[in-house]
Amino acid sequence: MKGLKIIVLAKQVPDTRNVGKDAMKADGTVNRSALPAIFNPEDLQALEQALRIKDQIPETTVTTITMGPVRAANIIREALYRGADDGVLITDRRFAGSDTLATSYALSLAAKKIGKFDLIVCGRQAIDGDTAQVGPQVAEKLGIPQVTYVEEILEVNKKKITVKRRLENGVETLVAPYPLLLTVHGSAPECRSRNAKLLMKFKHACTPAELVREAEDYLRLHDLHDYLDITEWNVDDLNADLTWLGLKGSPTKVQRVENIVFTVKESIQVKPDKEGIDGLMKELIAHHNVG
Amino acid sequence: MNNVFVYCEMEDQRIADVSLEIISRGRALANEIDVKLEVICLGHKLNGVEKELFEYGVEIVHKADDKCLNPYLTMPHASLVATIFEKEKPRIGLFGATSVGRDLAPRIASKLKCGLTADCTELVIGDYLDRKTKQTYQDLLLQRRPAFGGNIIATIVTPDTLPQLATVREGVMKKEKVANPRKGKVKTYNPEEFLDQSDLVVKVIERHIEENKLNIKNSSIIVAGGYGVGSKENFEILFELADTLGGDVGGSRAAVDAGFIGRERQIGQTGITVRPKLYIACGISGQIQHRAGMENSAMIISINNDAEAPINKIADYVIIGDLNKVVPQMIKSYKENIA
Ligand SMILES: Cc1cc2nc3c(=O)[nH]c(=O)nc-3n(C[C@H](O)[C@H](O)[C@H](O)COP(=O)(O)OP(=O)(O)OC[C@H]3O[C@@H](n4cnc5c(N)ncnc54)[C@H](O)[C@@H]3O)c2cc1C
Ligand SMILES: Cc1cc2nc3c(=O)[nH]c(=O)nc-3n(C[C@H](O)[C@H](O)[C@H](O)COP(=O)(O)OP(=O)(O)OC[C@H]3O[C@@H](n4cnc5c(N)ncnc54)[C@H](O)[C@@H]3O)c2cc1C
Repeated sequence: MKGLKIIVLAKQVPDTRNVGKDAMKADGTVNRSALPAIFNPEDLQALEQALRIKDQIPETTVTTITMGPVRAANIIREALYRGADDGVLITDRRFAGSDTLATSYALSLAAKKIGKFDLIVCGRQAIDGDTAQVGPQVAEKLGIPQVTYVEEILEVNKKKITVKRRLENGVETLVAPYPLLLTVHGSAPECRSRNAKLLMKFKHACTPAELVREAEDYLRLHDLHDYLDITEWNVDDLNADLTWLGLKGSPTKVQRVENIVFTVKESIQVKPDKEGIDGLMKELIAHHNVG
Repeated sequence: MNNVFVYCEMEDQRIADVSLEIISRGRALANEIDVKLEVICLGHKLNGVEKELFEYGVEIVHKADDKCLNPYLTMPHASLVATIFEKEKPRIGLFGATSVGRDLAPRIASKLKCGLTADCTELVIGDYLDRKTKQTYQDLLLQRRPAFGGNIIATIVTPDTLPQLATVREGVMKKEKVANPRKGKVKTYNPEEFLDQSDLVVKVIERHIEENKLNIKNSSIIVAGGYGVGSKENFEILFELADTLGGDVGGSRAAVDAGFIGRERQIGQTGITVRPKLYIACGISGQIQHRAGMENSAMIISINNDAEAPINKIADYVIIGDLNKVVPQMIKSYKENIA
């Protein structure tokens, strides 16, 4: 019997975590286009869980799927450098403007096209949209059960998997058969780093669209090694119904976006000595803020 | 038909606070658009939950009571809620933005092919003009939510599909009983009629829930410590200040990640949202994800040895200094000055 067939869903996101000075506009709001594009952190942790299963069960394969612009192929490469077997980039203008319902429709079609998977592993949440909805929606579209907020895989074999799930006020252990979708929580272990050998091997892996821009000798390299071809699928490859895609297929509409402006309050400076703090505490007591 | 529905989350036999908060908001929304408020409550040994729900103005309780519904599992709950929604055709459906609600609601939205807005902090009724078609939609649910790591607030609408679904963050809405509660109706369901074997393949084999859940959310005074506190031992002094003032201790994510304090005390975007009378931030820099959980505090005091720390900009009082000296002095000053 073969190992497991695992699909990892990973998104390229702007790094909204550490907004540095260069990404701030003069009016005190964030310039979103100035944020670097990164591998969504919880998706890297999802990849790690998939790779751990691959380490344990021989002949397991890990395929990354990402949907985004052409440069999102970086996500596929980053996954290859860490031990994934292959990847698929879903890219097409007609996907633009998709909300989570439309996104999950596209991703579920890709998973179906790959077919016969045992496990789909996603991050819990992307750090730009911040919804945590895509995982469960993909599971529903594929008609498979889900376990969200996974922190640790306790036991895995070819028939079933036992996982620990992180809740607000505790943990839960669940067991489930395949096919199954997991979403991985930020409290799970970090992903391993790139492997030097794999980096050498897959450095020139690229999608057909990227290949067009490559120099002659790379083209020859690609003729020699099939593993350097990253699969790319568009709306037609997925046989997707246009009514469920893009803006049209997205029931939620963004009416308005307000940038958070860093407002400055008039604050009172208190000296860090006995006198200053005495004064502050007296005031708090007098105004019934304390006591 | 066309009513406001709230999915009521149960913590064993207790109704989760977040659900009562959302039900209270749901009551106000239902009044505004002149429809009924209905609640779906699934669990085991639910005797008498409806009584408490009626006090919050719920008019119809949809209830299923069965072993297979407690503890919460995605598939049985999703199948039941979807079945009820398909039959009752709600106009609005609300869930807590908790590990339960955020697991369940997307499954329902996908099944019913309708919109779902995540993690809302504000819900109001209002109009929406579609700029492309020039069509105006009246009395939609305007759903406000932070996104982009808390750097923006988006207002989201779902003009063309029903129900309009949203998950709502805990602690941002006020729990409120109605002035003149009335006894409503109860509809009971037998899960066996709605579930099949495939809904029951995932099994919980162990659950470990911390019992007396902390109630920092309802504290009127919070002493919060950040990475600047430096160690678990140093947090002792924060507990002492909180004890002295009659408050609770919270922490930033950096303090939680460093193991200085338990995760259940984390304040901010991925922790709890608080709005106490007084918030004392000790050694917290005040990144946006932390501020998201505390900036509505009535009064903020910041103790930080860096005058440039962003938290100082939203504080009413700023003490630039070493918290290890300032905090003990605060305890002393308080004790000396309280009558
Ligand atoms: C300000 C703003 C607010 C928004 N609010 C909403 C909203 O309330 N409701 C709504 O339906 N949509 C909303 N959207 C749209 C939503 O962000 C996009 O549909 C996005 O493509 C997917 O949602 P997410 O980023 O929240 O992903 P999440 O649902 O948080 O992602 C969960 C996991 O799904 C997988 N995944 C997600 N996207 C991809 C992808 N492109 N490729 C591969 N794997 C993926 C990853 O494993 C990821 O960790 C909003 C967008 C913006 C800009
Ligand atoms: C998606 C996402 C979600 C997040 N959610 C949350 C969340 O829910 N809650 C949260 O808090 N964070 C959250 N964060 C993390 C957040 O971005 C910050 O990293 C975190 O809040 C920093 O914590 P801190 O202020 O304690 O630490 P630091 O930023 O390291 O600040 C420490 C402060 O202590 C001061 N200090 C040091 N020594 C002393 C001393 N002796 N006396 C006085 N002051 C001293 C320093 O000047 C500094 O200002 C989230 C991040 C992301 C990306």
